[in-house]
Amino acid sequence: MNHVRIPGVLVVLAASVALIGCGKKEEPKAAAPAPVAAAAAAQPTMVVKIGHVAPLTGPIAHLGKDNENGARLAVDDANAQKIVIDGKLITFELLGEDDQADPKTGTVVAQKLVDAKVAGVVGHLNSGTTIPASAIYNQAGFPQISPSATNPKYTQQGFKTAFRVMANDVQQGSVVGTYAAKDMHAKKIAIIDDRTAYGQGLADEVEKAAVANGATVVAREFTNDKAIDFKAILTKIKAKNPDVIFLGGMDAVGGPMLKQMKELGIKAKFTTGDGGCSPELIKLAGAASEGVICTQAGLPVDKLPNGQKFVADFTSKYGPIQIYSPYSYDAVMVLIDSMKRANSVDPAKYLPEVGKTAYNGVTGKIEFDEKGDIKNGAITVFEIKDGKLVTLKSEGGSTAAAAAPMPAAAPATEEK
Amino acid sequence: MDTLLQQLINGLTLGAVYALVALGYTMVYGIIGLINFAHGEVVMIGTMVAFTVIVSLAGSGMPPLLILGIGLLVSVVVCMVLGWALERVAYRPLRGAPRLTPLITAIGMSMVLQNVAMIIWGRNYITFPPMIEKHIYTVGGATFTNVQMAIVSLAALVMLGLIYLVHRTRIGMAMRATAQNPQVAMLMGVDINRVIAMAFIIGSALGAVAGCMVGSYYEIAHYQMGFMLGLKAFTAAVLGGIGNLAGAMAGGLLLGVIEALGAGYIGQLTGDFLGSHYQDIFAFIVLIVVLMFRPSGLFGEREGDRA
Amino acid sequence: MNDQVKKALPWQRHWLGVLLIAAVLVAVPFIAALGGQAWVRIANFAILYIFLALGLNIVVGYAGLLDLGYVAFYAVGAYVYALLASPHFGLHLPFWVILPLGAAIACMFGMLLGAPTLKLRGDYLAIVTLGFGEIIRIFLNNLNAPINVTNGAQGITLIDPIRIGDFSFAETSVIFGVELSGPQKYYFLLVALAILVIMVNVRLQDSRIGRAWQAIREDEVAAKACGINTRNIKLLAFAMGASFGGIAGGVFSAMQGFVSPESFSLMESITILAMVVLGGMGHIPGVILGAILLTALPEVLRYGIEPLQDAIFGRSIVDPESLRMLIFGLAMVLVMRFRPAGLWPSSQRRRELAESEK
Repeated sequence: MNHVRIPGVLVVLAASVALIGCGKKEEPKAAAPAPVAAAAAAQPTMVVKIGHVAPLTGPIAHLGKDNENGARLAVDDANAQKIVIDGKLITFELLGEDDQADPKTGTVVAQKLVDAKVAGVVGHLNSGTTIPASAIYNQAGFPQISPSATNPKYTQQGFKTAFRVMANDVQQGSVVGTYAAKDMHAKKIAIIDDRTAYGQGLADEVEKAAVANGATVVAREFTNDKAIDFKAILTKIKAKNPDVIFLGGMDAVGGPMLKQMKELGIKAKFTTGDGGCSPELIKLAGAASEGVICTQAGLPVDKLPNGQKFVADFTSKYGPIQIYSPYSYDAVMVLIDSMKRANSVDPAKYLPEVGKTAYNGVTGKIEFDEKGDIKNGAITVFEIKDGKLVTLKSEGGSTAAAAAPMPAAAPATEEK
Repeated sequence: MDTLLQQLINGLTLGAVYALVALGYTMVYGIIGLINFAHGEVVMIGTMVAFTVIVSLAGSGMPPLLILGIGLLVSVVVCMVLGWALERVAYRPLRGAPRLTPLITAIGMSMVLQNVAMIIWGRNYITFPPMIEKHIYTVGGATFTNVQMAIVSLAALVMLGLIYLVHRTRIGMAMRATAQNPQVAMLMGVDINRVIAMAFIIGSALGAVAGCMVGSYYEIAHYQMGFMLGLKAFTAAVLGGIGNLAGAMAGGLLLGVIEALGAGYIGQLTGDFLGSHYQDIFAFIVLIVVLMFRPSGLFGEREGDRA
Repeated sequence: MNDQVKKALPWQRHWLGVLLIAAVLVAVPFIAALGGQAWVRIANFAILYIFLALGLNIVVGYAGLLDLGYVAFYAVGAYVYALLASPHFGLHLPFWVILPLGAAIACMFGMLLGAPTLKLRGDYLAIVTLGFGEIIRIFLNNLNAPINVTNGAQGITLIDPIRIGDFSFAETSVIFGVELSGPQKYYFLLVALAILVIMVNVRLQDSRIGRAWQAIREDEVAAKACGINTRNIKLLAFAMGASFGGIAGGVFSAMQGFVSPESFSLMESITILAMVVLGGMGHIPGVILGAILLTALPEVLRYGIEPLQDAIFGRSIVDPESLRMLIFGLAMVLVMRFRPAGLWPSSQRRRELAESEK
């Protein structure tokens, strides 16, 4: 009986083949060179594609869009500079892709960028998508710079193509933990994480650093990144009476958590990492965000000469900065800078130059260690005062604008 | 002791919200045996609509409580229309279709509603403006707010009203008759289509109330918030015995308390092997154990073995 | 051509069809590669989902047991592969050991789920299986302490690709003068596995067991009265479905090189179930169609929406990303509205439905 339906199967297969064909036809259209300014008519021109991947759908889509806007601004700025590489005027083009924060989709869009023959990739946002995609970029042999993936494993895979411009969880966690124990004089600390790769990794490092500096972890609690009710764990924490509560998680968790702390009458100071160190947290927590201590990797953007311009340009074009857009901006600039130094846009030729980067970006000076992690990654501690993020101090970083560098702050190669 | 009391308060507030949402599932299920997976999204739309109304009225100088009241009213009305439309457009044509068909429709509908909400209200988290000035009371070392009290009492009120509706009014009788046997009810002159539409409308109205509660309690809203809430409420409905109103309430309250106590004491119970990261497991394990011994939930009627 | 096919002798029609299908199957990865290797990857995921959907079809389509936690078995298979073929424990067992082992362990979990839920029916079963899926995911997410088994949310990296001697599935190599990329090799492996699961499905459909499942699906009490051991037969359905999930998980692990619990969310279970129902429950070609459509549709929309909006409105009015999932959801609603038994139901089911409408 089955054979009667065989033509139907064929129709389906033919249809899917046809669909694939359609996809193919659209490809060159998307890649068509943008009309270059008439002024450059004398010079041969060339279009260089840079890929960008972040989740543009789903719960952290606002961060994904922020990343993409940062990269977009970088591409616009670079094009305005009329960069000439190897005698050709280069027009950069950003191919923005959505990985939905899903590892599976992550590999498909990674492959898509490989097919589109991009010169390099900025992304992905989450560690969960960055890691599986990195194997594909590594095979294709072009550099990938993640602006925000902080899982230490990303650069521990031995790929020569994997870089990040953001201090990883080990680097950041030890700063927060040390700060809580030393500067905030926390004897008893409670640690919460949201069970994501980011939150868990960061919280584990904070725990290590806090204990090493003489604090006791009185409670280790957990939630998840979609939860909005934290009263049960907060009540448990309240009974342990800690001096400081650390959250390894994002702003969307931190906001309601702060409000609920207040309702429960918890007096402990609240600290969190870069995922919660955003205007979004202040918006979500309102008055309850007052006095929160949080850290961001990199130097405070507005303290750097190029940073102020970035903030002004970005806000006028896309509105307030969420978290990582300065990093995606820098990541694009590092790629372009490396191309300039290699005088080539061929990944095989300019890839070695990426590792030698010494670039003054909007987030500070960017140099990579042998694994591709940012060297001596600067970390800045903020306090929320009157609804604003106020810089308390910066650790690490090698720009003059930074506070005295503290070498202990960045044990760059700690095995986990 | 004060910790235990606090956990019970936490659990009861959360449970009251679950219970209200669970009622929406159970009303529909009780009458036509359909899991309306999109109900969580109706709750989300309720929160969002209330948010929009409140924000646009915030500058008008009206007293905050009145604004909240208007917001609640508008969101209830919008959700009622939405519930009616859902039934009319998506589910009614599927009556008599294989059992799984409406389930997939419901999943599809929930995706549609989520994305429509994302287009309208954006993908960012939204701060739900607090309209009730929060007072914190302390009793026996445990704290609770006036918002929590309002939530629990409003939930109790709504539930009492619902019980009255189902057991004392004509439409309630028609509902019960349809739940018992649609064909016979039709023969007795019950307009089944109207009854089923009513179940959706009332369930959605309850969802809107729950949505406003979530909004004012947590002061946060997001286009994906309905999914987890719906899932938990659905678990609560099954725990109590789906299709049974009292069961949904009990299941909701129980689930809230289980979650709070689970997160609070799971470590002590298991010698610190399991921590609060297993909070959700706790709820599901209780569910599985209950269903093993009472396959129709705590308050569900013992169903005869019929196909 | 259709007429010719119909006039030919049965076996001739059969072989013509099989040959044509085989030709198309062989051609797909090469045609897809013209549009870029990304399309080969999409094709691979489509076949992986066919595999998963057919595995779930045994549980839902044949035995009528509504399982919302199927992804649990997929996860178990994936983690078995990841743990035994990665630097995490320093184990690098070959795939022909791990894949069957993954299937066996997943099968065990299937029985574990099946046993306490035998008494439950319909929607109660649905919520319990859903809970079971979440329980597995939560354990995978948290078993990094006190003993680090799964490495928690960080996931497991550097998982070995499938390798036969020096022949690795991760790299491009030339076989008989034909250049095959990594994704293309996985394509052929996946097709082979899919054919296996299709054969099992076909054989089961008309076997004693298949009929027993059908009997349980239609009327459990009557089935029991007819002397069918409903307990064992139901457990068997769970176990078989779970084993296929386990194999799919193993291949997924090898293909991705990285697994973490976020790949095994509830949404994944729901998607697989949607494939089965949308295509046509219990009908193999229907399920295959459902899987292909649901994998391809979001991708097609990804490439199609922006040009379409540009063409109609001259600019992008709504973010293409938001529209994509919206259309996806609408498509599910519309298909169910106009084809309640699925896009391609079995003729028997279609008859039943027509009767019930009278």
